[in-house]
Amino acid sequence: MARFTIRVNRNELSTESPPDRPLLDVLREDFGLTGTKYGCGEGQCRACTVLIDDQPTASCLTTISSVDGMSVTTIEGLASGDQLTALQQAFIDMEGAQCGYCTAGMIVEATALLKRNPKPSRTEIVDAMNPHLCRCCGYRNILASVELAARRSEAGDA
Amino acid sequence: MPERFREDLCEPDRKELAEGPAYRFEMDRREWISSIGAGLLVTAAGKVVFSPGGASAQVRSSHRLHLGEDGSITVLTGKVEVGQGSRTEILQAAAEELRVPPGAVQVVLADTAETPNDGSTAGSRTTPSTIPVVRRASASARELLVRTAAETWNLDASELRVEAGAVVRAGNRFSYADLARTKRLEATVDDNVPKGVPLREVRNWTVLGQALPKVGAREIVTGAHRYPSDITRPNMLYGAVLRPPSYGAQLESVDLTPGRELGAMAVRDGEFVGCAARTSFEARKALKVISETARWRRAAHPSSEGLGAYLKRHAQSSAGGRRGARRRESGDVDGALAAAQTLEASYEMPYVQHAPLEPRAAVAEWDGDRLTVWTGTQRPFGVREQLAEAFRLSADKARVVVPDTGGGFGGKHTGEVAIEAARLAKAAGKPVSLRWTRAEEFAWAYFRPAAAFEARAGLRGEKIVAWDFTAYNPGTAAIETPYAVPNVRTRYFPCDSPLREGSYRGIGATGNNFAREIFMDELAGVVGLDPLEFRLANLDDERLSAVLRAAADRFAWSTSRALGRNRGSGIAAGFEKGSYIAICAQVRVEEGSIEVERLVSAFDCGAILNPGNLRAQIEGCVIQGLGAALSEEIRFAGGKLLNGSFARYPLPRFRGTPPIETVVLNRPDVQSAGAGETPIIAVAPALANAVFAATGRRVRSLPLGARQA
Repeated sequence: MARFTIRVNRNELSTESPPDRPLLDVLREDFGLTGTKYGCGEGQCRACTVLIDDQPTASCLTTISSVDGMSVTTIEGLASGDQLTALQQAFIDMEGAQCGYCTAGMIVEATALLKRNPKPSRTEIVDAMNPHLCRCCGYRNILASVELAARRSEAGDA
Repeated sequence: MPERFREDLCEPDRKELAEGPAYRFEMDRREWISSIGAGLLVTAAGKVVFSPGGASAQVRSSHRLHLGEDGSITVLTGKVEVGQGSRTEILQAAAEELRVPPGAVQVVLADTAETPNDGSTAGSRTTPSTIPVVRRASASARELLVRTAAETWNLDASELRVEAGAVVRAGNRFSYADLARTKRLEATVDDNVPKGVPLREVRNWTVLGQALPKVGAREIVTGAHRYPSDITRPNMLYGAVLRPPSYGAQLESVDLTPGRELGAMAVRDGEFVGCAARTSFEARKALKVISETARWRRAAHPSSEGLGAYLKRHAQSSAGGRRGARRRESGDVDGALAAAQTLEASYEMPYVQHAPLEPRAAVAEWDGDRLTVWTGTQRPFGVREQLAEAFRLSADKARVVVPDTGGGFGGKHTGEVAIEAARLAKAAGKPVSLRWTRAEEFAWAYFRPAAAFEARAGLRGEKIVAWDFTAYNPGTAAIETPYAVPNVRTRYFPCDSPLREGSYRGIGATGNNFAREIFMDELAGVVGLDPLEFRLANLDDERLSAVLRAAADRFAWSTSRALGRNRGSGIAAGFEKGSYIAICAQVRVEEGSIEVERLVSAFDCGAILNPGNLRAQIEGCVIQGLGAALSEEIRFAGGKLLNGSFARYPLPRFRGTPPIETVVLNRPDVQSAGAGETPIIAVAPALANAVFAATGRRVRSLPLGARQA
């Protein structure tokens, strides 16, 4: 057991944990941040995606010791108070969620995508999102959500 | 209405999994509770029970609708939300008939202590069964509002109308909150409930028929929504359960000590072994050291090689009620076959896994002899029965709550994880959260049945004059041909299944329609007719013909058939659970791999309740069907799965999802049918027929990707 401190959604949080414990478990069980989901534990569905120093990462394959002192953003950390991000709003408007269990990972991944590439082509979106599984197979509405968010952000910037 | 009967109505396919609790616990006798329980499971389908006491009122399972003195309006149903949109459409139904804005209505789903027993959420029954019940209850409440306002103001009720949640007249306003405060109704409420109030006609709908965004979407996109695996309780532990190393293996001995030495609670009760600890990491560690001490007696288990032949060899011929073999015959099939041009073919279909993204999960909490379990299941009342049986509780001592859940697809009709969590919580004396791993969900949930088919038909000219269809194990949904054939014999045999099997999206219809619609293509070839023309020539079902024509029109079928080397188009249709689907697909087959280049579906499910949700359901269902058509196949040998992981069991992803067009035929004149299942039944045969058009090779088993190579 050791003490680990990470900066989660702009808050310093620490926990006593075995070093090889998955970040996913720490977020959910120690910090109560259940928005990040378990889907497979193998990095194959990406429901557990969080941003680690702005990089989308599968938290199920990330040990707590490997992120000690680093900055983690989860789905709970994206909105500013009641103000949703463009992506979150677009997922509502385009029916981007069916059961919604994959949605947190999808939105976190797309957040990173739009940050590095504000005007992605459809192919670029597919390439970035492809590791993510949606078992409801709502892929078309998810793509449409990301595209709408990109368009709105562009209009907002203009 | 007896509960069992209602359950039967909800999933009319004989492949519904029916089994008792997974464990026979040997708890101390002092833990037994003897109580009858019967008589407490009251349902009130279609009946308004009005409780003017507001929040202080005792909510009973007979309540359908609650009108609060504070103006709150709550609809209660035993249905669950697994992504199919039930919560939103139930809310729309209530708002429509109550004449209130959708934002004024709360929906409480699937809590056995608070909601009516509306049976399983299965068989696409929410739309045709629950929506009308909610509408009738809401219309009755609206009528009660009008009558009570009329009495209060001493006016004729026919002069009054409800708008935006209140009767307004000459500056006076009488709202649902006012109605809730009308104490004189309390004693005689049943006499005051108007019966047979007309529902609003489809053409006058203002809330139903609209693409209302998903209720609860904000909680989903912010991560605030708590799925069953997210529920937490004070002092809660996390659990893990020991699984056999192979199917059929029996536990001979196990030592719990190594797990306990790691600080975990560990328990064995018969075949059940599990542990619980402060974190799921500790629980898994403890389970691992316990599992290393376990000794098992292995059992022989068949392999997935030659599965179709295995099923035929293990067909059960006895006619055992609704689960047994079945034979239906009309006309003179043998006579007609003898006098006709005939064709025979056989088909096969493997097991597939639902693989909902949220695996089975439950949180169980005991309070003395009262048990509450939050879990993701499509049968909350059925799981309550399983819990009551497993722990020898009266039904009123067990409560099942189903938070909106991460996917179902017919795969969550059972209560294994609820029982396991409850057993761990009982041993620990604390609430326990148990979430199955992905490997557990693959291996120990149940599967869509594997199946085999034999089809024989007789042709005279372009007409089918005889039809002889035998299905081994898929289930009976859509087993009867929708085509107009004078002489028909249909046989169904359930088989001894090597794997545990149960419901699925469309269940039996995915197999029966797959075999039939490829066979229709083969027959069209014999006759020398275009596959679309051949179907239309043998149909007198106007709605099925209409979806075929609509799909073909949008696809430009007549000019999209001949596409050159390795590319081709296929068509298939089907009818099931009150709705109609036709699909045209274009594929390119290159070096053993099938690329779907384009797919058009046309769908008719009667009057449309929510076009946005409907489109999402159709598209999701079709894309899910691409997986089962092209790549999904559970393989097993030696009692173990060979491909029980997302890495080895390819599912549809963004890449490879073809351009999809969806034509929705609105039929406001026809009662709404469910839409979450039927679109899947035409996907695999349309693709198989397209592969034939592209390559000239007829593939008669699934998945097409593996079989055509």
